[in-house]
Amino acid sequence: MNNKQTPNIIGFLCNWCSYTGADLAGTSRMKIPPSLKTIRVMCSGRIDPLFVLKSYLKGADGVMMMGCHPGDCHYQKGNYNARRRYVMLNDIFKTLGLDEKRIGLWWVSASEASRFAKVTNDYTEEVKKIGTNPTKKEIFL
Amino acid sequence: MAKAIKIKKNVEEGLFDFLKSLLEKEKIKGVFTLKKMDDHGAVSYSLITSPDEFKDAVPLYPFMPVNAGKALSSFTLLGKTEEPVAAVLRPCELRAFVELIKRAQGDVENILIISLSCGGVLSLNLMGEQDQEKAVSKYWESVKKAEVAPDTRETCQFCENFLPINADITVATVGQKDLDKEFTLYFNTPKGEEFSKEASGSSVSEDIETKEIKDFKKKREELKEKYFKETEPEESGLKSLINIFSPCLGCHGCSHVCPICYCTLCEFDSKTHDYPTSSLSSDLRVKGGLKVPSGNLLFHLGRMTHMAVSCISCGMCSDVCPVNIPVATVFSKVGASLQKEFDYFPGKDIEEPAPQGTYKEDEFTKIGEQ
Repeated sequence: MNNKQTPNIIGFLCNWCSYTGADLAGTSRMKIPPSLKTIRVMCSGRIDPLFVLKSYLKGADGVMMMGCHPGDCHYQKGNYNARRRYVMLNDIFKTLGLDEKRIGLWWVSASEASRFAKVTNDYTEEVKKIGTNPTKKEIFL
Repeated sequence: MAKAIKIKKNVEEGLFDFLKSLLEKEKIKGVFTLKKMDDHGAVSYSLITSPDEFKDAVPLYPFMPVNAGKALSSFTLLGKTEEPVAAVLRPCELRAFVELIKRAQGDVENILIISLSCGGVLSLNLMGEQDQEKAVSKYWESVKKAEVAPDTRETCQFCENFLPINADITVATVGQKDLDKEFTLYFNTPKGEEFSKEASGSSVSEDIETKEIKDFKKKREELKEKYFKETEPEESGLKSLINIFSPCLGCHGCSHVCPICYCTLCEFDSKTHDYPTSSLSSDLRVKGGLKVPSGNLLFHLGRMTHMAVSCISCGMCSDVCPVNIPVATVFSKVGASLQKEFDYFPGKDIEEPAPQGTYKEDEFTKIGEQ
């Protein structure tokens, strides 16, 4: 992937923290890469591992799961479940040799607009380095 | 150390007689075990309540037509059995039953669990074939010598958890050279010990974990490394995964026989992942073609996220696969890694909840803060 191409990154953002943080980054006119396609969920605990798997298998170059910091979840416990699900997905990807760098979990709170900008910019660079997702070309999936 | 009684009989006959006498004396009202179904070698798990019907029972026959843990859950799902039942299960089937009980899919209360040090089971494609009895004799010869038996399931060949956990009574078979003439029953729990009076033999003080068993465990662990390496991604992991699952028909047989897959309506049997052709157009534009029906890897990877952490490696999935995909080996490998990550051993502790349903506040603290 050359530097001009934008990778396709799907982001599942929890409504109360990370989506609000992203919104703040937007209103503060921070530079966010056009690669990120955000999908709002009410809580990071809503993120079904199948969302991440399906995004990956459909050709997303990167998948980001974002939520409130542990202890700050709007629904008290949802992000703990999200954390376990991410650990499970990461482990499955590692064991099977599917690039585990294509999925990630970040805690971004509603006030951390600059963290949101940094995290998405850094991750976009990393995904550019890994290259385009090979599932895009696979007919059998 | 568990109370142990040595019985001077052939192990298959001896266990048969022990169970039959329990049934005749009404110490138990039913026996759940394998039974010969016809003269062509077919066996099936059965719940037998009359001593007359018990004549075709073959408790230690080395076949697993269905995972007994799943079968036990099918009639204890809505509550415990009304009468005491003795169930003969292999260690992995017992672990499957424990995993199901954790998920409110079974009840062990009135069940006397009898298990064995397990040499494995033969592949189901031998059932009903001409070579069946020859394979069974060769199997017992290997078990007595604590060697890996030929024609057993791959998962059995690399299983190092062949000593049962949570069994009330254990039959020692692996590494026992004189199984034709004598065998030992171990009574592990107070519930099991109540039945020790019914065993006519002499008390012995041997530990079930003999040197032969320890060596056998090592042999199997080596085989595990070998089999896991064979499913290692050589080129890209994706290509390797596609190669392994490309023959898959999508019959979902693996999921249907899996004891941990108990969902009444499996997500992958539902319409959730069906899409109209209009939504395929972007895929078709980019790729120029699409396998139909699609969703093959999504099914297998998705099923891994649902149950691999509780995979007890019974091997039912590989055995029923019509196109011989090594499903059990792949899932066992993923399962082993997940179980290590969550420090979880499926089927060990009935009180320990399955990892998906729980969390700890202070675990994986570095995740997400990068």
